[in-house]
Amino acid sequence: MLSIKDLTVNVNDKKILKGINLEVKAGEIHAIMGPNGSGKSTLAHVLSGKSGYEVTGGSVTYQDKDLLDMPPEIRAREGVFLAFQYPVEIPGVSNVYLLKAALNAIRKYNGLDEVDAMDFLMLVKGKVKALEMDEKFLYRAVNEGFSGGEKKRNEILQMAILEPKLCILDETDSGLDIDALKIVADGVNSLRSPDRSFIMVTHYQRLLDYIKPDFVHVLAHGQIITSGGPELALELEEKGYGWLEDGQVAA
Amino acid sequence: MNTALNQYAAAYPELAAAMPGQGLSWLQQLRADAFTQFASHGFPSPREEDWRYTNVSALEKKAFNPVSAATTSFVDADCLKQYQLADAWSLVLVDGRFDARLSNIQGLPDAVQVMAMAEALQLHAGQVASYFGKAVDTAEHGFIAFNNAWFTDGVFVHIPAGQILAKPIQCLHIVTQEGSLATTRNVLVLGDHASAQWVETFVGADVGYLSATVTEAFVGQNAELTAYKVQCESAKAYHFGGLYIKQARDARCIQHNFAFGGLLARTDIRADLEQAAECELNGLYLGVKRQHIDNHTRINHVQSHATSRQLYKGVLDDRARGVFQGRVVVAEQAQKTDSNMSNRNLLLSADAEVDTKPQLEIYADDVKCGHGVTIGQLDEKSVFYLQSRCIDEATARNMLTFAFANEMVDKVTLPTLKALLLQFLLKHFPQNSYVD
Ligand SMILES: Nc1ncnc2c1ncn2[C@@H]1O[C@H](COP(=O)(O)OP(=O)(O)OP(=O)(O)O)[C@@H](O)[C@H]1O
Ligand SMILES: [Mg+2]
Repeated sequence: MLSIKDLTVNVNDKKILKGINLEVKAGEIHAIMGPNGSGKSTLAHVLSGKSGYEVTGGSVTYQDKDLLDMPPEIRAREGVFLAFQYPVEIPGVSNVYLLKAALNAIRKYNGLDEVDAMDFLMLVKGKVKALEMDEKFLYRAVNEGFSGGEKKRNEILQMAILEPKLCILDETDSGLDIDALKIVADGVNSLRSPDRSFIMVTHYQRLLDYIKPDFVHVLAHGQIITSGGPELALELEEKGYGWLEDGQVAA
Repeated sequence: MNTALNQYAAAYPELAAAMPGQGLSWLQQLRADAFTQFASHGFPSPREEDWRYTNVSALEKKAFNPVSAATTSFVDADCLKQYQLADAWSLVLVDGRFDARLSNIQGLPDAVQVMAMAEALQLHAGQVASYFGKAVDTAEHGFIAFNNAWFTDGVFVHIPAGQILAKPIQCLHIVTQEGSLATTRNVLVLGDHASAQWVETFVGADVGYLSATVTEAFVGQNAELTAYKVQCESAKAYHFGGLYIKQARDARCIQHNFAFGGLLARTDIRADLEQAAECELNGLYLGVKRQHIDNHTRINHVQSHATSRQLYKGVLDDRARGVFQGRVVVAEQAQKTDSNMSNRNLLLSADAEVDTKPQLEIYADDVKCGHGVTIGQLDEKSVFYLQSRCIDEATARNMLTFAFANEMVDKVTLPTLKALLLQFLLKHFPQNSYVD
């Protein structure tokens, strides 16, 4: 599904990503962990097409297409979804309006008619209920005045409605209380399918308790310095990153 | 006298002979004084502080002339429908003159006086005299002097004490002819405890003309006025309009000012607040191409405990230029004044420009006054967020701009007017569809 090869990225002439290699197959869940400032969000942003990042080398292939060549909205319509670490507040644009515009943009891209208003409402209300959100959130401006946890839940609501193929969750667990974490994790798990993949950036094992990853990668100083199975996350929880960064990286 | 003004001044004596209120010495005196003032000073000059950013010298180069009543062209009632509010009592002024045939005040309570200004000057001169020129006088600036001397008609509306009007009154100004000058003067009076909604709409044929208008509004004690100005003049037109409001003790006034049209358009809104009066001024200006749109507000806190709120938003594209000058003056005795003024601007092109100047003049010591100004572009983080949600960039920008402007339309409580304004916004930002 996704193949990242030797990806190097500069921000303001500073090297942030220094040769990332990552293969994500359909249906897999990859967790990316790593210290603050190591480049996790940068990677997520580059994959979703945010400007301000200069790709200086390497390639990203998504479903046999050059992902880096596509404008952000085309990536999104092709099924790449980023749940932001810091979701943006959009005053004056209601949640439900954005959801409908987004869904219709995908449908149009795929040669489908606009969604029927009633069907849409049923769909949205169902997802809202599943995420235990208040329906009032639908009519509020996107993320405006939402609490940290509410914003994260809202990202998952969007994801649930757009049904992307590659879901990139950037610290969706931070800011969520214990109950919310479980609800969000259930939401993510219900989206799991053999043709949908996830990249989850997280600092905490507790998310991985709910959503069991197939692979765990450690990103430090712009490189993936080690990869392993779910047990790696447990080890990290115990030991931190120091032992890896000291150069004792297992080959 | 500036030679360029000669064409207005030279034509005046003949015009004056046909203006309403001939037999009224107070009015003749007022007109004569105004003419003298205008003849010596002319239209405001950029040297005047309040006119620094708006150069009106184009008016002196062109000769706009009043249309004589006889040549007033026929206005199709159908064409009015797109501006006329279905649920309002409507007063229509065509080329500066009241048109009874197009107006409709059926069902208006008997106690409410609504008539053409020319008629009011004949039938109720004494009553008009007690209001005319009392909210604004000739000395204010050149356009007031001009209006005092040149006005051909307008409307006089008197809502007696305690009267609560269920429907809004709409005053629709239409200019139909190239090169014409439409100078109108309105007086709106709300007695104590009265309540009314007042909508002034300005439109015109797709030609060049000058629309110069002044409305004086008197809001009695504990009365409530919701006033709207919707300026949709032709893209070739010049518009100079003033609304001067006097609010008695405990009077409440909310004014919404939508400035969309005109090549060069200027609106002055002034409110004088007595004790514990409440005033809210909202504004939205949208400029495209080479439009120049100027909005001036002034709130005089004359007595204590009054509150004022102002929010003006501007969206300027292409080579358009916007101006906002907002002044709040708090008199020495106006203690416990609570005032806030905010002006936010969105520049959509590198060639668009805005000049904004909020001013506070505070002579009292126990007050709460604030103001803020922003000038910016669309937030790129927001644009990307929408793109990451499948929206293409152009639509994303349109959505954000629409949302910025729509905040002001959202404040409109009159459903028919809100729908009309929304239509306008959607036309202006076409990539939007609206779902509710
Ligand atoms: N616009 C920018 N200008 C300068 N430096 C930047 C910019 N954006 C990111 N960086 C730097 O790039 C590095 C990686 O940032 P990034 O946000 O990707 O880290 P992260 O791994 O997501 O960290 P965290 O765990 O704290 O979220 C940081 O040192 C950050 O300061
Ligand atoms: Mg991050």
